[in-house]
Amino acid sequence: MEKKTRSVHAESFLAPIWKANPLFVLILGTCPALATTTSIEAALGMGLLFTFVLVCSNVLISALRKVIPDEVHVPAYIVIIATFVSVVEMFTKAYLPPLYSSLGVFISLLVVNCIVLGRAEAFANKNTVLDSLLDGLGNGIGYTIALLILGACREILGTGEITFGSKFAFIPLTHLPILKGEGFDFSMPIFTTPAGAFIVFGIVMAVIAAVNNHKADVEKEKARQERLAAAKAKNAAAASAGKEAK
Amino acid sequence: MAYFTAFILAIISGMLINNVLLSRFYGICSFVGVSNKLKNAFWMGVAVVVVIVLAALICYPLYMLLDAAGISFLRTVVFILVIASLVQFLSFVIKKYSPTLYKAFGIYLPLITTNCAVLGVVEENAASHAADFGAAMANALGTSLGYLVVIVLFSAVRARLETNNVPRAFKGLPIALIVAAIMAMAFTGMKGMA
Repeated sequence: MEKKTRSVHAESFLAPIWKANPLFVLILGTCPALATTTSIEAALGMGLLFTFVLVCSNVLISALRKVIPDEVHVPAYIVIIATFVSVVEMFTKAYLPPLYSSLGVFISLLVVNCIVLGRAEAFANKNTVLDSLLDGLGNGIGYTIALLILGACREILGTGEITFGSKFAFIPLTHLPILKGEGFDFSMPIFTTPAGAFIVFGIVMAVIAAVNNHKADVEKEKARQERLAAAKAKNAAAASAGKEAK
Repeated sequence: MAYFTAFILAIISGMLINNVLLSRFYGICSFVGVSNKLKNAFWMGVAVVVVIVLAALICYPLYMLLDAAGISFLRTVVFILVIASLVQFLSFVIKKYSPTLYKAFGIYLPLITTNCAVLGVVEENAASHAADFGAAMANALGTSLGYLVVIVLFSAVRARLETNNVPRAFKGLPIALIVAAIMAMAFTGMKGMA
């Protein structure tokens, strides 16, 4: 019994990281995924702020789930989420001004992020505080990983290098050249523009679809082979039974 | 007259050059989710235009009030409550006076509360302290008309994509995103007009 409940807790944490990834599988929260992934650092910053807001709102909504009347639950959730977003916004403005200016209005737009409201509606108002905390953490980490993948593709292809320390002031500013060096430069600036955001997101989604299609094909083929083998065995058994009868 | 020209130019720039969906990325969720039927996309776009313009109209004086009182950090909470109640109010009014229109808007009206384009425009207007009322309204009109234009264009393209032969992995969303990328490039070309 003990073991079973523990695996349920683990599932609410692990599922959103890859199997039910909010961005790549459920296709939620696409606005910040396109707008804030021009660099790895901006993507990481957005992911961390998102995780904080989601965990806090999930925990508070789950704790208040028996207090909030059903008729006004959406406005109540929005006010709770907006409060945490304001906290995050003031914190970033005060301590990480470069990050604040590069994310801009998208920090405030966390209020209407479909994932935050969706988790409140679909999970936090039905589950315990612990499960909601784990669900928030899992979704936050899953979304951050997805943003980092997009951010890494766009920064490496678009600028040819990875820059550390431009958004987080406490890291010394360093450039790590990847696609350029002495006498050559393979960077394609289009990937840092809005069009590049759509291209990278589209191709990543297509790669994921291709992998899933391949997996489904392999499984189908395996099931077909098994069915064939089973039919063959049955036929052989029937034939041998028929021979014996003769 | 000069003021009027500036107003029109600001609308065009918000509509075509800094398009809300293709270069500012507000409201992508609805862009991806709704737009595969031309008629639905059109009514969704019209509903967004109405809500954005009204929200900008109401939130502008409210933000002045908050700023004067020194509590501008409360703006996000205030704005989202204004938008949510505005959408609720609009759906009551439309239901009462024009059931046909209510049917046309259907499910899209309540969804607009969580459309980032509305909150995005209002926040942008608040962030540019210097902007006067005219500039704020031009931004609202330009942004919302840009949303309408692009969502209608995109839905027409997507309707054709569905009957076309695309590689299996690109079926559905991925090819739609690539099309959006090409549209974004086309809209980047309008930068030369400004």
